[in-house]
Order: sequence, then C-alpha cells, then structure tokens
Amino acid sequence: MADNRADTRVSMRTPLARVKGLGAAGHGVEHWWIHRVTAVSNIPLIISFVIIVAALAGSSYEQAIAIISHPLIAIILILAVISVTNHMRLGMQIIIEDYVHDKGYKIVALIVNNFYAVIIGVACLYAILKVSLGRILV
Amino acid sequence: MAQFTLPKNSKYTEGKTWPKPAGASNVQEFRIYRWNPDDGANPRIDTYYIDRDDCGPMVLDALLWIKNNVDSTLTFRRSCREGICGSCAMNIMGGNTLACTLGIDDCGSDSIKIYPLPHMPVLKDLVPDLTSFFAQHASIQPWLQTETAEPETEWRQTPEERSKLDGLYECILCACCTTSCPSYWWNGDRFLGPAALLQAYRWLIDSRDEATGERLDNLHDPFRLYRCHTIMNCANTCPKGLNPAKAIAEVKKMMVARAV
Repeated sequence: MADNRADTRVSMRTPLARVKGLGAAGHGVEHWWIHRVTAVSNIPLIISFVIIVAALAGSSYEQAIAIISHPLIAIILILAVISVTNHMRLGMQIIIEDYVHDKGYKIVALIVNNFYAVIIGVACLYAILKVSLGRILV
Repeated sequence: MAQFTLPKNSKYTEGKTWPKPAGASNVQEFRIYRWNPDDGANPRIDTYYIDRDDCGPMVLDALLWIKNNVDSTLTFRRSCREGICGSCAMNIMGGNTLACTLGIDDCGSDSIKIYPLPHMPVLKDLVPDLTSFFAQHASIQPWLQTETAEPETEWRQTPEERSKLDGLYECILCACCTTSCPSYWWNGDRFLGPAALLQAYRWLIDSRDEATGERLDNLHDPFRLYRCHTIMNCANTCPKGLNPAKAIAEVKKMMVARAV
C-alpha cells in the first residue's frame, strides 16, 4: 500500500478509502510489549553475561568447562540467549518495516530476520547445552 | 528503501533575486521556496527584501508585504493571523511553525529561509497538499460516539474528567507535528501521524465517549499506531506547545492495559 498517497493520477479512490486501506491489523501490542519486557530482562542478563565472560577470560579449558557446566551459569546463559535473540528479532523487524518499502524486499528481509534470530538462538543454546551437559552425556 | 535524497524533479535551483525596496534603511532578506505546477520547471529559491519600517513584526506580515509590494504570485495559505486557524504552517529556518506567531526578530538570521511543510506533495510555492492528512484525521472519527439514550440536556462530566482534555483540545490541525515526524515521512501512507493520534487520544480519554474499545481496535495496528518511536519532533515543533508524543504513549499504555 506504499503507493496510496494523495496522488490522483495513481488512483481515483477517495482519500479516506486510501487512508483506511485494508483496515487495522489487530495486532502490534504484543510486539511492542514483549520488546519492552525483553529490554528489561536484558539488563540483568547482559550484566551477568559480561561477568561470566570476564570470569572465563584467561581460565584454562578445564576451568572454562567447569564454569559453564555450573547449572546456575548455564541457565543464566540460556535465558540471556532467549531474551537477547527475541529482542533483536523484534527490533530488527521494526527497522525493516520503517525503511524497506519494496514489497518483495520487505517480505524477504522479514523472513531472513526471523531465520537469522532463530538460527543464532538455537546455535547458542546448543553450544551451551553441549558444553554444560557434555560431561554427563559422554 | 526510504528516500534520503530528493527526487530529481524536486531538487531546487537558485531563483530570482528581487530588487530591494527603494529608500529603505532597515532591510531584511528572505529566501523563499517557489514552485509552479504549470511551468514544468524545478523548484527554485527566490530572494526577497522587505522594508522592516513598513512591515509588521511577524513572518506572515513579511510574506504579505512581499505579496503586496514585490511579487503578487507568491502563494501561501493564511487566514486568522493569530495562531488559531493553522493555515500558515510552513518550515521557517528549518523548523515547522506558524508564520503568524513567529516574530521576524525571533528568526535571528540575516537571511530567513522559508519552505513548505516537509515531505508533503506541494501544490504551489508554500502550499502543501494536506488531503491525506485530513483524511487520516477523519479516519479516527473525531466526534462523540454514544449508545446510551441522549440526555435531555448535555452529556455531563466532572471538572476532573474535563481537565483530561487539556493539552489535547487545543490542537488546531496545522500539520506542523505530523510533517516533522520521520516515521511519517517514511510511512505516511499507513502511519496516522502525531496530529491524528493526538486527536484519537482526545476522544479515547473523553469520559463521555462510549466507543473507547472500538477506537482502540481501529488503532491496533503495527503501522497506524506503532510506527511512533517517540522521536519527539512533534512535541518540539508544535506551535501550540502541545505534546503529541505523550498522547501517543498514553494510547500505547491503554493498548497494554486491555491486553495484559
């Protein structure tokens, strides 16, 4: 609907018909609300993540495995990945909707954005679980 | 992608420099956007000089002085000359405001630059096409909606309920806020813009209105409402000192309140 501005050469629909377009989508509040909720949850989780990474720095391989294998550490890392990738996906979607107006590019960008967030999230979760559960499963 | 440069036929060129008023000792320069739909030429920036000793104090007075004394083809909207009709909204020294309430001295420049409201189709010179803007206002149904049988006298509300409309009812629909909003520039076909959303909130918060839910349904859309990213240009530029961004934030809070 990006071509429905008041250009009567494009369409003879009334201005009100063009503005009303296809009607209200009936969603948007969840997107907005979860974006805010994950912004809040990101604060403690990112701080914890930075502390964990700092603790890992300079430690030996065995020490690093031991730190990430700790249940509390592993759970914090998993929560951080879920919160951050969700926040990233929602935020990037807003940017795409703001700036990408070509219908085809927009759909592709939105799909790629979803795939990217899910792949990054699953890869991180897999790595954390593999490292932290590796000793038990072997 | 969003357009970051002007289309080729919108790029402006240097225009005509009109003669200085003869015998004037107190002269002020104006650089004004001109575009004529009939000559097929690109927009141009004309330079005018006014005699401050013969002209009123406001920017609108200067425009009228130019139209009366220098160039009668200069085209702009104006009516009330006291900030209540919203006709003379334009971009003066980089900010959207009303020409009638901005003093020439307050522009603080040797050369005052005047353009039409940004990112709207131009009809001629300083006159933008606000058709879509007013249709967006109409789309939020800016009138009292009730189901209860009409009372014999007026619909009543307490002074507290009435006070919630302060800072909202004063809007004169000049379009300064909406045309200052980057989100409206990029998605003005789907985003309703700060002025229409402020008006939407004016009816959402009216204690007498019985269509609150339907009004929220009408706004519940990723583009109509949620393109607002609280950039605050609207509140910055409003010549009436209103805060559309706050009104939009209140609408978003109402959306959450009924969902969570």
